[in-house]
Amino acid sequence: MEKVDISALIKNEAEKTRSPEDTVLVWPNLVYIELICMLFATACLMFLSVISPAPLEELASADTTPNPTKAPWYFLGLQELLVYFDPWLAGVVLPTMIIIGLIIIPYVDPNPKGKGYYTFSERKFSMLGFSFGLGLWYILIVVGVWTRGLDWSWYWPWSDPHIHMSVTAVKLIDLELIIQNMFGISETPVITLGRYAPTVSHIITVLLFLGYYAIGFTIPFLLFRNFFNQLGIIRYNLMMFFFLSMSGVMLKMLLRLTFNIKYLLVTPWFKI
Amino acid sequence: MKEIIAKIVSLITDNQVYRSVFRHGYPTTDANRALIMFSSVILHLHPVRIRRGALKIRFTWCLGGLTFFFFLLLAITGVFLMFYYVPDTRRAYNDIKDLGTVVYFGSLFRNMHRWSAHAMVLSVWLHMTRVFFTGSYKPPREFNWVVGVILLVLTLVLSWTGYLLPWDQLALWAVTVGSKMAEATPLLGNAGPFGPEIGMTPENDIRFVLLGGTVVGQSALLRFYVLHCLALPLVSAVLMAVHFWRIRKDGFSGPL
Repeated sequence: MEKVDISALIKNEAEKTRSPEDTVLVWPNLVYIELICMLFATACLMFLSVISPAPLEELASADTTPNPTKAPWYFLGLQELLVYFDPWLAGVVLPTMIIIGLIIIPYVDPNPKGKGYYTFSERKFSMLGFSFGLGLWYILIVVGVWTRGLDWSWYWPWSDPHIHMSVTAVKLIDLELIIQNMFGISETPVITLGRYAPTVSHIITVLLFLGYYAIGFTIPFLLFRNFFNQLGIIRYNLMMFFFLSMSGVMLKMLLRLTFNIKYLLVTPWFKI
Repeated sequence: MKEIIAKIVSLITDNQVYRSVFRHGYPTTDANRALIMFSSVILHLHPVRIRRGALKIRFTWCLGGLTFFFFLLLAITGVFLMFYYVPDTRRAYNDIKDLGTVVYFGSLFRNMHRWSAHAMVLSVWLHMTRVFFTGSYKPPREFNWVVGVILLVLTLVLSWTGYLLPWDQLALWAVTVGSKMAEATPLLGNAGPFGPEIGMTPENDIRFVLLGGTVVGQSALLRFYVLHCLALPLVSAVLMAVHFWRIRKDGFSGPL
């Protein structure tokens, strides 16, 4: 057991809170700010309550499904992800990863600078990384709240929300089939293990998927060795896993939007 | 005039009753201003003195404090709403209707409750963003960031469980969408990866646990009601105590 110097601890504590120079009494200085803040917030809420009352639709009924069915606004980012990912990813795994990713932030950021003040230049990577994730979250919510209408189709603010969008002729296709058709690879499985019967093109998609992470892990290691050394191997791998997964979400969305790819990886148990 | 006011003040403060409640005079002197911070259970969240930098509104934007304030507003308006609401699928909807038509100040309290909930979700997000941008999660405050993330999740779940209670179409289907996702949980859901392989059916998976059934019905309403009004606020309150305590212990990260 490490010996704790109690007197030093107490002294440290005392210095933190009671150094006389440049400190002020909490009453009235802070207490009054808080009071004004609370009164202002209450006034705003009362104003909002009067001009925009809480909605109450018809009685709940399992017989009539509204179209579209929307989750509360703060979950619409996740619901919007359902366009691009299966529910197990969009609704369970990705939110869990967001939570775990947020929790580990203090443990994977060894940069001692930028503590207690706003700075961008002293911690560019962490600021950009966090803002990227945050931006993605808010954009998805905005899309979900304001541009999604009937059948979860895209509705501009000026489109008629009561008319169904004509179903476009876009056909979604799995990456596996694209590779298969492009290179004329045979459809017969290489090996059959119960439900799992991988074809050559399937194995290529697996390699591509793993390759994304492998290359992602390797490039910063080769090019920015300082960055790697600063973090150490455990922090580096943890941080890179979450960072690459976050970027991967964006990448999959782009692939879906540009090449109409439905799934990158198809297995009998799950699809990504 | 001044003398009269002084006389009235001393009449109120110089007696056994006032002293038994407050234990010191009105905080017009530095000594009393320090004493009030020690003796008041609410104010002792704060230290007696803080660094001048901590007063800067453009550092904290008051977001953490506001989040806590919204929580208190939600507790107060929520208790009021509980007097008029019964979590029974046959009358819940009508109870909410009554709040808007029959109960004095019913709609004001319901609207305030709803707007405070929206405000709390937003302020907790902004608070987290602020804490990130000022690097206030860095050592020695790592653990408080973790507590904060858990509080963020609790805030979202609290909001979501409250969403079901009006028992209208909006409520039922929003929660149906959410619980459909639970069904897709890997291993634990009947429609999730490896769920069926280890024996998950609609009658024993995580969604069943959440809803107390296979559809959003009476059991789900009761579960959400108890979670919303009792379990989650209690857990949140305990974690908030830890959160605030740690701010005091770890010190304020802001500028000197």
